[in-house]
Amino acid sequence: MARVRRGARAVTALLAAVLTASLAGCSSTGGKRAEEARAAQTAGGKAAVNTPRWTFAMVTHSGDGDTFWDIVQNGARQAADKDNIKFVYGHDKEAQRQSQLVQSYIDQKVDGLIVTLAKPDAMKDVVARAEKAGIPVITVNSGAEVSKAYGALTHVGQDETMAGEAVGEELNKRGRKKALCVLHEQGNVGHEQRCDGTKKTFKGELQKLYVEGTNMPDVQSTIEAKLQSDRDIDSVVTLGAPFAPTAVKAREQAGSDAEIDTFDLNAKVADGLEDGSLGFAVDQQPYLQGYQAVDLLWLYKYNADVLGGGKPVFTGPQVITKKDAAALREYTKRGTR
Amino acid sequence: MSTADTPVKDSGPRGGAGPDERLVHRSLARRLMSRPELGAVVGAAAVFLFFSFAADTFLRASSLSTVLYASSTIGIMAVPVALLMIGGEFDLSAGVMVVSSALVSSMFSYQMTANVWVGVGVSLLVTLAIGVFNGFLLTRTKLPSFIITLGTFFMLTGLNLGFTKLISGTVSTKSIADMEGFDSARALFASHLSVGGVDIQVTILWWIGLVALATWILLRTRAGNWIFAVGGGADAARAVGVPVTRTRIGLYMGVALAAWISGQHLLFSYDAIQSGDGVGNEFLYIIAAAVGGCLMTGGYGSAIGAAVGAFIFGMASKGIVYAQWNPDWYKFFLGAMLLLATLLNAWVRKRAEATK
Repeated sequence: MARVRRGARAVTALLAAVLTASLAGCSSTGGKRAEEARAAQTAGGKAAVNTPRWTFAMVTHSGDGDTFWDIVQNGARQAADKDNIKFVYGHDKEAQRQSQLVQSYIDQKVDGLIVTLAKPDAMKDVVARAEKAGIPVITVNSGAEVSKAYGALTHVGQDETMAGEAVGEELNKRGRKKALCVLHEQGNVGHEQRCDGTKKTFKGELQKLYVEGTNMPDVQSTIEAKLQSDRDIDSVVTLGAPFAPTAVKAREQAGSDAEIDTFDLNAKVADGLEDGSLGFAVDQQPYLQGYQAVDLLWLYKYNADVLGGGKPVFTGPQVITKKDAAALREYTKRGTR
Repeated sequence: MSTADTPVKDSGPRGGAGPDERLVHRSLARRLMSRPELGAVVGAAAVFLFFSFAADTFLRASSLSTVLYASSTIGIMAVPVALLMIGGEFDLSAGVMVVSSALVSSMFSYQMTANVWVGVGVSLLVTLAIGVFNGFLLTRTKLPSFIITLGTFFMLTGLNLGFTKLISGTVSTKSIADMEGFDSARALFASHLSVGGVDIQVTILWWIGLVALATWILLRTRAGNWIFAVGGGADAARAVGVPVTRTRIGLYMGVALAAWISGQHLLFSYDAIQSGDGVGNEFLYIIAAAVGGCLMTGGYGSAIGAAVGAFIFGMASKGIVYAQWNPDWYKFFLGAMLLLATLLNAWVRKRAEATK
């Protein structure tokens, strides 16, 4: 026992030493201080209207810690601030648990619902139940095809096939012959649609590659292996922004000169576009998906307005290249692009 | 500790009948046959030969370096996990602990605007503390390690996400690539060196170092005997004076140490960390150790075996890509390959034991 106590005391002493050292060992570059210097642009936002304080709930199929859905949420929260809305958010990547979450918000009698239909069949019943309970539903991101049939007001998002087609056309424009489509989640319908859309318009050959999205070293070594085994590949398309810089590393390791392009945007992708390590990014503007969904629900509650005449409202695809990157960098850093 | 007047003959798992086996001279071949990693080595050779024929790019030096890199990122963790399994316990929190460790160093450096080495140091302490927490709870509550570390797994997953979101405002950390000390830390944890034109990732060196260290501990030190004894039977071990509690806590600290190394690699390789990563990787480490001949019940296994297991996994997962097989079936191929390697492993071991 004495030994354990002595160990504990040693650990405390060490911790204290490190903490003191940390005060001395400051970094004069980067870090939080640099961030604070450039912050303060994102206004917290006050309510701009005096409509009743309605509660809107959003339930997505996002996994834990997904940067994309973080931006969607940022958009939704800022619209909610402006519209005097109480915004609640839930997510689960398992379709069944996602529908249970929606049900729990129906039970709480929220005033509006925003849901994603990544796995439409599992969500059909619960969306119908919301309609029956008189709760207006807006679908976002995925499920444009079925949104109306299920009884949702409207859909806000990007058609994944269309986004893929845009990538295929951009690759043609850049004279690419053999491209690789890197899927980071096996069995995700949206991912398959993106690659299939690309295949449709791309005049060269497109191959698919599955990687384990939650394991970055695996993503890197798998892309590396693919580039080593096929020297003709002249472009790599990743389906999520965090994977693009990893693909750049893989390219360097494999000694390939393929161009790296990606779906979606984040700060590092903006940097990569600017310094030329990335070719282009196709953004679906997730901020808009959250912001518009809340705003459209508010418009419906306030004025019975429905934007898009029941047709999907598209938020993308927007092709971003080197010349746009500089302007978007600041926005990616504050988490709204 | 008190009355051990009856001498215990052999607390290890190899206790056989007949004359005292310690006095029997055995040939080199015999001794090799009885090593736990023998089956895995044969399995690895089989997988290697298979892909040498199935994929023409597999044998290139650059390809092998990629395979070794993939193996090393699993292998670094498989070493202490194997030791832990020999000691009769599991750690389901090992996968997310790697990410926790990376998150701590990244966020500490960033928020304090400190030299990144400070964050790296704090992260080492925090990660070791998680290891102590696992070991301490295990020895105190006497609950199965499966439950304890499953609890830690969920808590860490939640903490990773909650803290990152709370502190950074987003679910991934900010890039620390422009901070002081980053370059020297990257050199240690995530650089690559060119040996005769072949790129060697530094993780491979870490991996080899850890395997050597663990093998030395297991075979040449008193602590190694304790690990085998605790895994073979904790009560019997305690009766002959093995410090069971300390050994177990030490084993969990070993896992934490390797998680710290892997975490720093992750951080300095990609300079920003996704807080949701790492889930599921704990099984890869356990698989590598099990394929490499560690018994799921404890008391038997080796660090080299775990390394060979990680190598099999690395070869199988990248070999499928080199062979350009239809990616829709990727996971199936991977599973079948691992199963076959393990079956071959078990079969070889049975044969080896039969000839003893």
